[in-house]
Amino acid sequence: MNILERYHAMEYGPAPEARNEADAWLAGRDFSKALFIDGAWKAAAGGQTFDTSEPSSGKLLAKVSDAGAADIDAAVAAAAKALPKWSASSGYARAKVLYAIGRAMQRHQRLFAVLESIDNGKPIRESRDIDVPLAIRHFIHHAGWAQTLEKDFPGHKPVGVVGQVIPWNFPLLMLAWKIAPALAAGCTVVLKPAEFTPLTAILFAEICERAGVPKGVVNIVQGGPEAGAAIVNHPGVQKIAFTGSSEVGKIIRKATAGSGKKLSLELGGKSAFIVFEDADLDSAVEGLVDGIWFNQGQVCCAGSRLLVQEGIAEAFIAKVKVRMSRLRVGSPLDKNTDIGPLVDRTQLDRVKGLVAEGAKQGAICWQPDAALPTTGYYHLPTLATSVSPANILAQEEVFGPVLATMSFRNTEEAIDLANNTRYGLAASVWSENVNLALHVAPQLKAGVVWVNGTNMFDAACGFGGYRESGFGREGGREGMFEYLAAKLPAGPAIKPAAAGSAQPIEQADGAAIDRTAKLFIGGKQVRPDGNYSLAVATAKGKLAGEVGLGNRKDIRDAVAAARACKAWPDATAFNRSQVLYYFAENLSGRADEFAARLVQLTGVAAKAAREEVDLSIERLFLYAGLTDKFEGRVHQPPARVVTLALHEPVGVVGIVAPDNQPLLNFISLVAPALAMGNTVVAVPSERHPLLATDLYQVIEYSDIPAGAINIVTGRSAELAGVLAKHDDVDGLWVFADADTCAKAEADSIGNLKRVWTGNGRSLDWASGDAAGDAFLRRAIEVKNVWVPYGD
Amino acid sequence: MSSTIREAGAGASKVMPLPARAAANTPVPLEHGIARNPGMKLDLGFLESVRNVNRSALERRVATLTKRRSIKADNQAAWLLRAIACMDLTTLNSNDTDERVRRLCAKAINPLRRDIVEGLGIAGETIRPAAVCVYHPFVATAVEALRGTGIHVAAVSTAFPHGLAPLSTRLQEIEASVRDGADEIDVVIPRGLVYGAKWRELFNEIVAMRAACGDAHLKVILGTGDLSTLRNVMLASMVAMMAGADFIKTSTGKESVNATLPVGLAMVRAIRAYFEETGYLIGFKPAGGISTAKASLDWLVLMKEELGRPWLEPDLFRFGASSLLTDIERQLEHHLTGHYSANHRHAMA
Repeated sequence: MNILERYHAMEYGPAPEARNEADAWLAGRDFSKALFIDGAWKAAAGGQTFDTSEPSSGKLLAKVSDAGAADIDAAVAAAAKALPKWSASSGYARAKVLYAIGRAMQRHQRLFAVLESIDNGKPIRESRDIDVPLAIRHFIHHAGWAQTLEKDFPGHKPVGVVGQVIPWNFPLLMLAWKIAPALAAGCTVVLKPAEFTPLTAILFAEICERAGVPKGVVNIVQGGPEAGAAIVNHPGVQKIAFTGSSEVGKIIRKATAGSGKKLSLELGGKSAFIVFEDADLDSAVEGLVDGIWFNQGQVCCAGSRLLVQEGIAEAFIAKVKVRMSRLRVGSPLDKNTDIGPLVDRTQLDRVKGLVAEGAKQGAICWQPDAALPTTGYYHLPTLATSVSPANILAQEEVFGPVLATMSFRNTEEAIDLANNTRYGLAASVWSENVNLALHVAPQLKAGVVWVNGTNMFDAACGFGGYRESGFGREGGREGMFEYLAAKLPAGPAIKPAAAGSAQPIEQADGAAIDRTAKLFIGGKQVRPDGNYSLAVATAKGKLAGEVGLGNRKDIRDAVAAARACKAWPDATAFNRSQVLYYFAENLSGRADEFAARLVQLTGVAAKAAREEVDLSIERLFLYAGLTDKFEGRVHQPPARVVTLALHEPVGVVGIVAPDNQPLLNFISLVAPALAMGNTVVAVPSERHPLLATDLYQVIEYSDIPAGAINIVTGRSAELAGVLAKHDDVDGLWVFADADTCAKAEADSIGNLKRVWTGNGRSLDWASGDAAGDAFLRRAIEVKNVWVPYGD
Repeated sequence: MSSTIREAGAGASKVMPLPARAAANTPVPLEHGIARNPGMKLDLGFLESVRNVNRSALERRVATLTKRRSIKADNQAAWLLRAIACMDLTTLNSNDTDERVRRLCAKAINPLRRDIVEGLGIAGETIRPAAVCVYHPFVATAVEALRGTGIHVAAVSTAFPHGLAPLSTRLQEIEASVRDGADEIDVVIPRGLVYGAKWRELFNEIVAMRAACGDAHLKVILGTGDLSTLRNVMLASMVAMMAGADFIKTSTGKESVNATLPVGLAMVRAIRAYFEETGYLIGFKPAGGISTAKASLDWLVLMKEELGRPWLEPDLFRFGASSLLTDIERQLEHHLTGHYSANHRHAMA
């Protein structure tokens, strides 16, 4: 074409990004020695390699050393060796290293971007303008956290050696999200990039060599599932951070159960993109482009479910189709490409299969009329309409450029549809009405909500999910906690309850009127479903009374009551505060009675019993007062946007309480959960449950809404198991024997509930450290609501 | 040619009108035939439906838009030629003279150095600005200087740049310029009508202006730098189109904020909404502050992405610019020689 012809055609033509520097870098490396362990480049001990290829052509890029268990051993050993010195180094020293990494990445940012696009297939515009700048920002941001660690996180220490396993969709950015906070916290790391995309991590390791990262602090091991499993199962690792599929996340949860390893999981999603009739529709269309056609839809928080209000649905879909027809599918290294290839043939096959299945289930799948490149794993952007909520395209994470569309009638239905998923990673809300947007955002079960925007990220703003999208946050203050450990005051080891019925209990003397302790469910005292009882002994082995023997159906009823209770989570913090104060007030009115009960059941001296009661009241007072003080933050990321980090209740929290200090431990666990607006299903001390059943009347007198607190007495281990397997329980705190704790973690994978256990130990509940932020933090989810502004 | 303002009826017969809509450039057949916008009744319900404009979303769109598209090598040269063809070469200074206007017209007729034209291989085709844009007193001068070229003469009118003269005066000004031979009239709106949401009054004024234009094309300048919000820009754009604007235009060049891409995006989306509602294609003219070849490409990308190929023709897209042409020339020379050029190597206007 001559210039005149081009003048008439007015096409963009190719605008290729030069790749000579990246090719030179590739040619200059020995990828068979690509394991960066203890500051040195090593081949896999077994000598094996795997292939990494270019998604746009299928051509082989490199044969990369493939770490096995022995290599992971070496990497963990190096990290462990480096840990004491690194964690003891000053915050300033660590800040300088993080800063140096960030700046060095900045100096090589185009090489990072080009390599990323070659290896992953993402358009160069995205790697250049989004992935790499965000990764750099992450390191520079975390330099500050390193330096202010002691001031901002008093009483915390680095969690130790961290194993990190990251996915292929944002190879460098996910590396940054993992390594930056770990180094800031004083941890050392063993990180495994995804097999599909090892290259930028290798370049990053070279940067570490030059940026003054001490040997062994950052170890980067290339490999596949075997290497990943070796990291997850390694006894020398104190924390696992994983980003990837929910399926693998569950495997990791199960594998680490009982190990005491700290765990954060950032998993899949099926995020809702809600367009109300008063939205700026043209802008919402662009939001979709950034939501579902960003990175070929291979984004965990992709806005893959479009929910559009009925009155505008037809017009909106028409606009979407016009916009889709302008998307350019092509080479990732062309600056004019909007959509590149998927990462691999397997991924392409998977997406195609899901689209075909969705169509079979009744969805109408529309694609723009565009030619695909002849090589590479390309998939056209796809719009699925007539999608029923049960359709596979509405249910399953596609991880491709496929948008499923549904309409809604009103706000309530929009929220219901948005929350009608096992996932809970992100959501977008489009409306020009700030009242509506801020009404909807808190009701969405998602860790990130973007108002009139989508896929906004920043190092200062936490990112992470609700439900089966995982737990833990990355970025910001909440992300730092994932790499820190707070020391809680240790209590006694908990022994498993003796099997079978307890030894015969001697009848107590006295002629008091017989009392029946039932279960407390939905604000009522109810008989246990099984109609069996459990004898409760005094400290002297006499019969103190009998409590209901709760079973799985009682737990089922209690969870249903807790779920149905809206009055408590919807109450204002001040309202909850007053109720908890009143609870304390009413307990204090019966302090003598509870002290006597403690003496009777546990055999403590009268003075100690009275102290425990007083401390219980004090603790209720504490949480009543903190109810409206453990608040979220407001972030100001580098854009005209305010990000509200809201503290929301986890939801329905199961609590399995230990035997030591039975009144105090019960209050210490239940009160923080209630304070933050959770509803609770509590299993009190198995040995001394009468202290909890005695509380029924106090609770009934204290204006606590029905269902906010439910108490099921019985065998702790059994009931913990039922709670762990209940998929409508959002959080579970277990202080029981080690076996029960491990099982609770392993059994929690049904819905990936947030489990906190004492790993077989109790706490010293009387200690002042057995209260406060460490408890409240477990009682909340942080939801980041992004609100761009300007008019 | 007289440089005094012509009163209605006085001396108009001395000026021959241009042939109806001759083209400055070799015309290109478009997919859409462009029927002149007849306007419509003022529909306040429809107006209300376009009220939702989210500034930060528009800013994000334009920020990524210019990064999503890159035009290189021969394509870049072709696109820059397109920018020339869509240019209203403009002089709007208090100290303009007939001689200055003649010089501008000469530049419009021969916008590129001969060696550049030959080097680019475009000698077989006429590529030059679509119009010359002047104040009323210079209309006749420009008409004379451009006679037979097909280059249109646009007059800024209606108490440019503020629009605050009596309506009758403003309408007479249009009529005078039309009589002098201007076949495009760039009018300004009184911005206060937008702030007061006096849509009926604004609509009626523009309808009257359109009537005063007769066959001359009406470009309605919104003075977007004075309108504060993109919502105001959207609403004013829509009222102007309903009232029969052929083009909507951003700025006079005299506001403190000139044409910006977010404003442009709001306006082209208004054009799209009007097209979807009525089927009529309305032109868009960003003006003020567009002085670099790179900026002109950004605007062309905006048009192609948001409205499509028809809006890359002078019938539907114009730049209001004065110094842009020289920068484009320099870029085109660089394209041919690989040397960065200097302003003084190109004939000034």
